[in-house]
Amino acid sequence: MRKPKISSNKLVSMKEAIQDTVKPGCALYIEGFTHLISFAAGHEIIRQEIKDLTAIRLTPDLVYDQLIEAGLVKKLVFSWAGNPGVGSLHALRRRSQKDSTSKLELEEYSHFGMVARTLAGSAGLPFWPLKNYEGTHIAESNPKIKSIVCPYTGETFATVPALHPDVAVIHVQRADTEGNAQVWGLMGTQKEVAFSAKRLIVVAEEIVDTSIIRRDPNRTLIPGILVDHVVHEPWGCHPSYAQGYYDRDNAFYVDWEEISRDPASYKNYLDAFVYGVKDRKEYIAKVGTDLIERLKAKPRRCEGVDYGY
Amino acid sequence: MATNLTPPLAIKPSERMAVRASQELKDKEVVFVGIGLPNLACNLARATHAPELYMIYESGTIGTLPARLPVSIGDPTLVTDSLAIVSQSDIFQCYLQGGLIEVGFLGGAQVDKFGNINTTVIGDYSNPKIRLPGSGGACEIATHSQRVLIMMRMSPKSFVEKCDFVTSPGSRMESSKPSRDLGKTRQELKLPGGGPTKAITDLGVLEMVDGEFTLTEIYEGVTVDQVRQNCGWALKVAAQLKTIPEPNSKTLDTLRNKIDPESMYL
Repeated sequence: MRKPKISSNKLVSMKEAIQDTVKPGCALYIEGFTHLISFAAGHEIIRQEIKDLTAIRLTPDLVYDQLIEAGLVKKLVFSWAGNPGVGSLHALRRRSQKDSTSKLELEEYSHFGMVARTLAGSAGLPFWPLKNYEGTHIAESNPKIKSIVCPYTGETFATVPALHPDVAVIHVQRADTEGNAQVWGLMGTQKEVAFSAKRLIVVAEEIVDTSIIRRDPNRTLIPGILVDHVVHEPWGCHPSYAQGYYDRDNAFYVDWEEISRDPASYKNYLDAFVYGVKDRKEYIAKVGTDLIERLKAKPRRCEGVDYGY
Repeated sequence: MATNLTPPLAIKPSERMAVRASQELKDKEVVFVGIGLPNLACNLARATHAPELYMIYESGTIGTLPARLPVSIGDPTLVTDSLAIVSQSDIFQCYLQGGLIEVGFLGGAQVDKFGNINTTVIGDYSNPKIRLPGSGGACEIATHSQRVLIMMRMSPKSFVEKCDFVTSPGSRMESSKPSRDLGKTRQELKLPGGGPTKAITDLGVLEMVDGEFTLTEIYEGVTVDQVRQNCGWALKVAAQLKTIPEPNSKTLDTLRNKIDPESMYL
């Protein structure tokens, strides 16, 4: 049983939202499959130095690598750990290989396995079945992957346990102050993560009136009754992107390979762009107006639909 | 007098791979596209002989028409103008597990003669020499696609007798690490997809013949010895070895100037 979160105004700052929800030792899920990754939330967690986190997502991406380099992650639950389209996650590699002095705890699935965990969590079931992992070492390397015999066909399926993150952060294009959130473009596992999380922060590029949400209800991915806090954070995803608002900063992802390879330049980056700024506004000012102008999306509007009856 | 004519650039191995792989795709086939060389091969096929190739990207874009070269699997250009955008749950459950994908593309750090692929670790799993990215969607692409095309450069380090870890299943389970499935075939394991059918490499093409990769084609100027030296197992060679003709200038021009004009993957 869950208590619906009814309140018309949940708007707080990122600092307040993180302070209230992300606690030392908690299981954290910052969602977004390449698209809509809340770097703003990741950076605020680093500034607040919240330790011993279990960091969960399909693709840890740069945002989790930064949490790892900042020494805040105890365990990583994931399915593909790289710099997408570019190379490696170096903070992770430095803590997961033979020559590493300190090692992270890793819990590894495939993408489908991770998705299935959120499906079970969101549907209120203890596990989820999938036709996968036979003829591989993945299930044998992760004792949480088990199997079940189908009562109808007798066939064996792999199973993964339900996921219930303590806190999830989901960045969206627009939301009202109650947290009714609309997303377009890539949808990752935003919906499933929102429904499986114990506490939920919705971060929005724009805060809109509820009447705007009601005009296009099919686009609402997350209902406000799941949401604890709403944060207004324009450009909160850079160097990731928000469809219709700004492009992915691919050059940053490419440059990151060099920056992150060396612990010294990694530290310089975090000092300047995370510890060295108070909030997202200061970060964006530091990134510079030239780049921001260049990344701004060119409009590509659709016609919309008729909801009349 | 100065001339505008420049001698044609020598063909790069990556170009040969992209062109040869593109020829594997038929028009209107449903293909699960990966970033890098598979993406070049698919978009080249679409620009040449397969204009209605139905491209699905792992990030959830269906009937994709990228206007620029996508730099990541979630590039916004994949979204604009696609037929549908679906969640990760839909991609893996309905499209892959549901059996809709006709062709999948894979690559990795190691592949063996049965087409098993390792993208997880080099060395021991719990204490690896090199930590690789892991499966992502590769395990399910290998499990469920009706056929899989592997694109990898050949070297004794990557074409190995036994994979250190099997991330994605081939025609038969074989690896340096024990497993409850060791020695079993895809059929015995009841894997729904057809598994790897070809490996398109920088030296030639290996084809799955009776469950084992066999060299069936080489590029012009490549010798069988060269291929053998770059393969970590005793490679079978087809009696009727074909030579792959060099790509024509129009195809090369499309690839170099339209598909990957900034040479990001070539």
